[in-house]
Amino acid sequence: MVDAAPPSPNVARLDAVVAAHGARATELVQILRDAQALDGWLPPATITYLAHRLRLPRARVEGVAGFYAFLHLTPAGRYRVLFSDNVTDRMAGSLDLLDRLCTSLWIERGKVSEDGLVSVDTTSCTGMGDQAPAILVNGRAIPRMTPERVDAVAELIRAQVDLCEWPADLFAVADNVHRRDVLLDAIVAPGDALRAAIARGAREPERAGSARSWREGVPALPQGPAATLEEIKRSNLRGRGGAGFTTGLKWEACRTAPGTTRYVVCNADEGEPGTFKDRVLLARHADLVLEGMTVCAYAIGATQGFVYLRGEYEYLAAPLRATIARRRAANLLGTSILGQRGFDFDVVLHLGAGAYVCGEESALIESLEGKRGVPRNRPPYPVTHGYLQQPTVVNNVETFCAAALIALNGGDWYRGLGTPRSTGTKLLCVSGDCARPGIYEYPFGTTVRQVLADCGAERTQAVQVSGPSGTCIGAAEFGRKLAFEDLPTAGAFMVFDDTRDMFEVARNFAHFFAHESCGFCTPCRVGTTLLRNVMDKIHGMRGSQHDVDRIRRLNRLLQASSHCGLGHTACNPLLDTLKRFRPAYERRLQSLDFEPAFDLDGALARARAMTGRDDASAHLAEVDEDASAVAGRGQP
Amino acid sequence: MTANGAADVFLLDGEPIPFAPGQTVMQAALAAGHYIPHLCFHHDFKPHGSCKVCTVRVDGATTASCTLPAQAGMSVECKADDLEENRRTLVQMLFVEGNHFCPSCEKSGNCLLQAVAYDLGVLDADLDYFFPSRPLDASHPDLLLDFNRCILCELCVRASAEVDGKHVFALSGRGIGKHLIVNAESGRLVDTTVAVTDKAVDVCPVGVIIRKRVGFAVPIGRRRFDARPVSAQALEDAPRRAPPEAAP
Repeated sequence: MVDAAPPSPNVARLDAVVAAHGARATELVQILRDAQALDGWLPPATITYLAHRLRLPRARVEGVAGFYAFLHLTPAGRYRVLFSDNVTDRMAGSLDLLDRLCTSLWIERGKVSEDGLVSVDTTSCTGMGDQAPAILVNGRAIPRMTPERVDAVAELIRAQVDLCEWPADLFAVADNVHRRDVLLDAIVAPGDALRAAIARGAREPERAGSARSWREGVPALPQGPAATLEEIKRSNLRGRGGAGFTTGLKWEACRTAPGTTRYVVCNADEGEPGTFKDRVLLARHADLVLEGMTVCAYAIGATQGFVYLRGEYEYLAAPLRATIARRRAANLLGTSILGQRGFDFDVVLHLGAGAYVCGEESALIESLEGKRGVPRNRPPYPVTHGYLQQPTVVNNVETFCAAALIALNGGDWYRGLGTPRSTGTKLLCVSGDCARPGIYEYPFGTTVRQVLADCGAERTQAVQVSGPSGTCIGAAEFGRKLAFEDLPTAGAFMVFDDTRDMFEVARNFAHFFAHESCGFCTPCRVGTTLLRNVMDKIHGMRGSQHDVDRIRRLNRLLQASSHCGLGHTACNPLLDTLKRFRPAYERRLQSLDFEPAFDLDGALARARAMTGRDDASAHLAEVDEDASAVAGRGQP
Repeated sequence: MTANGAADVFLLDGEPIPFAPGQTVMQAALAAGHYIPHLCFHHDFKPHGSCKVCTVRVDGATTASCTLPAQAGMSVECKADDLEENRRTLVQMLFVEGNHFCPSCEKSGNCLLQAVAYDLGVLDADLDYFFPSRPLDASHPDLLLDFNRCILCELCVRASAEVDGKHVFALSGRGIGKHLIVNAESGRLVDTTVAVTDKAVDVCPVGVIIRKRVGFAVPIGRRRFDARPVSAQALEDAPRRAPPEAAP
């Protein structure tokens, strides 16, 4: 069912957008992003026209646009300013700066100015934790906001200066690398790891009996791809996105899965608040990332790759595309890579549009296919039924970097680093209360205390390890080790000193999960909002023990019945802080018993005024006491 | 079928349930005459597992039974205190998320949400109401859309796409802002190709898609779920298969 094309002043420009993406429905998120760039929002006629051109139901296109935070179905202003709203941004004064900008522009937060010029609001963590507070203007990142920089931004907006003419220093993003190990120290010329992988196969004896094409996905023995896979398995490398699945097993499962085409997807949707290592890897080591993807393609027989880059890192897209083009020119991508017949692999960059849940691999694949980023039912898993239902490997940016190093130096070299169950090194993203926030690479097994000492943290009260979905620990646990067997981490390392209110930290995270729930399943959709409301109620000094119990009950429900990890982990920051920083909650609780959501006695004030009464029995508490007194006398 | 010709079975609360290849636990259970509470599942459509009311436990792990492929020998726990408690909370969540006023609702007595709630022993909402603002769409001459009662089961979405071939309904928004939309630039049902005879109109388990001018033709008290609980009637709807022959 395709709707008729309406007249639209934008037709020519929209046609160009659609043509640039081959009129493919799988590119819908990219097309919507580009179409929005024309007007700053997606007018109804634009949605209708795109649906017509892509031969999709109009409601489907609107539904996809409505899913992503950075796509607007209502006018959002020519300048759309979003303040990163992670707790570390707030600690750095983001809310005061937001107010300053709103006051300066004479606008209300969350509303478009009457002349349609500008809107100012908040967004989930933009991945600039080490240079907070940060903002996005029309998707472009501006870190290190200060009152002066806010005033400069306000002036540029008032003067309606085109974004591409804003001073470059506003957009300068620092890398802030403070500790290097094998990954950040690696000097790998483009192609070196690939040549090593190919050479490793050549050194092995040929076995005629199993000399079928590696493309067929048969685990034919020691030829190049199989030998490369063996090295990855030998390394014991585990995924760096947080879950820690063994990379070699994932690659092998994909390689042996039946399918016509295999895909390699680099998950650069770095949405976990407090995480920014992938931003630095893509900025400084893009070749290593792409090399790792190509090594993976070689090992599993994939022909197509995607880098799914979060929308917040849009500024990295152009340099990444340039790197991809350069590698293509150097025959490190394309057909017959490095002269190996049949080794064909290319990479396309996809941009997200503001959805944390797309970091979940099956939701990411849905988004790649041009759909709402809703996690799929599993099994089947992406390794057998991924992109377009074909075998697909999805790995984190850092995992691909490590894989490239393993292809170059061998699995035995890598497993000598870190701990037996957590081999290699890990990039940490240190932010919050410390002297030197930034990127720190350590071997797995390093203690939290060591990291705190190195980054210059003092009087530390707590560390949020691996972001809101991770673990919040107190000083008694700083001897714990960062490793899959103790404190697993995807990288975030947020430091809170003893002046911070850990309840407010947890409340910020509760808001984050409510904002980012995809809404597919009932427990997460409603539960994350209930959690947010409970935390706001306690924040407003209206909470009670009943509300604390409610958090625990919701946790049991979300653990038992949520569709994906977002719901499973949404209660973690609340439970962790309740366990370790309980006084932060208790001093806010009204009583240790039940407290209703609204003030019932207060609601009777108007009735009292109208009836001219203010005696004891016109108040709720007194009525209750009278009732119990009556009961005490044994009357019916 | 197993090698010796006997039907494959799994255990549901200790009872053997036969199943055909490709069936999910829910499909096999209903076919064999065993009710598992559910809202977004419908025997005519591919299950997608969003409401989570049908969550069961297998080997210590909880999962939606409507999407769980049946496997020979698996032991499925459905009737357990904690699972029942979770089901009640999920139903309560759906009540507080929307605006459900059963006494004045045309769907009362025919409403699956209400019926499942009564069957589970849900007598109050327990949670704080959200009281969302959701305007009606009365634009269509024969149909009314009351979004206040939507539980986002996507049955109309699936029916319109798969049976009617029209894509009249879809979901937009995200998280608690997720909502039903219709396939029209105006956003109004009258501008879609919907027809009163559509499967999508028929399949709504709650009171969102309402036919005009037939309201309260059957008085409340004499409606479908007023007579017997949903746990009995859901079994009648399901495609049945003969129960396994009793062992001699």
